[in-house]
Amino acid sequence: MSTDIINRLAGIEPGSRIDHLRDRRPAARENAQRSYRALFSPESPGEVAQAERHAVAAFVTGLHQDAVVARFYADRLAELSAELPAAVAREVEAARTTGPYGAYPAGGPLASESVEGLVYRVRDRDTLGDRLSAALEHAHLLVFRPRESSPEALRRLIDAGWTTSGIVTLSQLVAFLSFQVRVIAGLRLLDTIQKGARS
Amino acid sequence: MTDTVLGHPDLDRPLAFTQEELGWVPWLAPLTEEELSDHHWEALVDRRRAKSPYFLLLARDPQILHARTGTDNDIFYNADAGLPREERELAAAATSRHNGCVFCASVHARFASHYSKRRDDVQRLLDDGVDAPQDERWRAVIDASVALAETPGALTAEHLDALRTAGLDDLAISDVIHAAAFFNWANRLMLSLGEPTAPAPRADRKEDQ
Repeated sequence: MSTDIINRLAGIEPGSRIDHLRDRRPAARENAQRSYRALFSPESPGEVAQAERHAVAAFVTGLHQDAVVARFYADRLAELSAELPAAVAREVEAARTTGPYGAYPAGGPLASESVEGLVYRVRDRDTLGDRLSAALEHAHLLVFRPRESSPEALRRLIDAGWTTSGIVTLSQLVAFLSFQVRVIAGLRLLDTIQKGARS
Repeated sequence: MTDTVLGHPDLDRPLAFTQEELGWVPWLAPLTEEELSDHHWEALVDRRRAKSPYFLLLARDPQILHARTGTDNDIFYNADAGLPREERELAAAATSRHNGCVFCASVHARFASHYSKRRDDVQRLLDDGVDAPQDERWRAVIDASVALAETPGALTAEHLDALRTAGLDDLAISDVIHAAAFFNWANRLMLSLGEPTAPAPRADRKEDQ
């Protein structure tokens, strides 16, 4: 059995109280791990290359500013590519902000809740290429202002060479990481409090 | 040629959060039922999902759909102690309200109302937002969910203390974390791959029956 990635990145020891707590939701636990494998070591790479998957992951987790998780995906990317890690790290620096934000339809009852924020465009398109640049821009939209998603955003991906199935995989990748990083942060905090209570 | 974006220029769009049953239309072509292989059917888990354009679109990557569904079902339906279903749904609704997913919020607000019998409290969350007044226990669940939805994350020990003070044990707190975290996954798919449609006018729906 492969390492439980949530336990590893949350610092949860086998046999600890949080580890046992996770066993109370065994299918959630097992399928969170299967989801990670489906996205980062799929049975067939399909339309999204391994380096692309890990570049998007390094970018997305960098935006979430969880040092442990971001380092993990950045290291995986470094195993796959020589030039992408530094380029992605520079994009993360420029792209960090706080969310969620975004506009609701003008004139509607939610318009007063619209919050303006950064619409990110990548800096180093030469190194990243059109296809990965479009993916990172889309990832930024999904991370910070998902409510501003639009058919036009998908059209930009298709114009950059993404297929329908590739976009589904890319969307799952970004959305899954949004889940994984939060479960890790939440369980790590619960674990820390438990350890504090025992000492 | 499937790689085109589907526009819906004449769509009747819901403008506010609601507990009504909304529709959802995809912006990319779902698989058709005829295109589904055994592998796809397995990934859908529940055969009724083959009627849903959302799941037929996600079926284009069956491996992750299958694993995602397994995660979803255990987080929300595992009835072995922990957080009552109504509050797992509340966490999902609050997360969706904060991220701005009108469709997800409609479904899970409706479930939260159904299981809690507290429709007015749920409606206040939708109408006035995540800061609208709620009792102490719901306040703690909503606040933790919203903090977890922030990027970067804003969940603190104080949020977990508030949940514990409100009567949640560690398993229930873990359920809040999982239910809220999961909707950061779900919201981003529902929001980015299509959009909700307003419910049909009530008169029309009567004629349908």
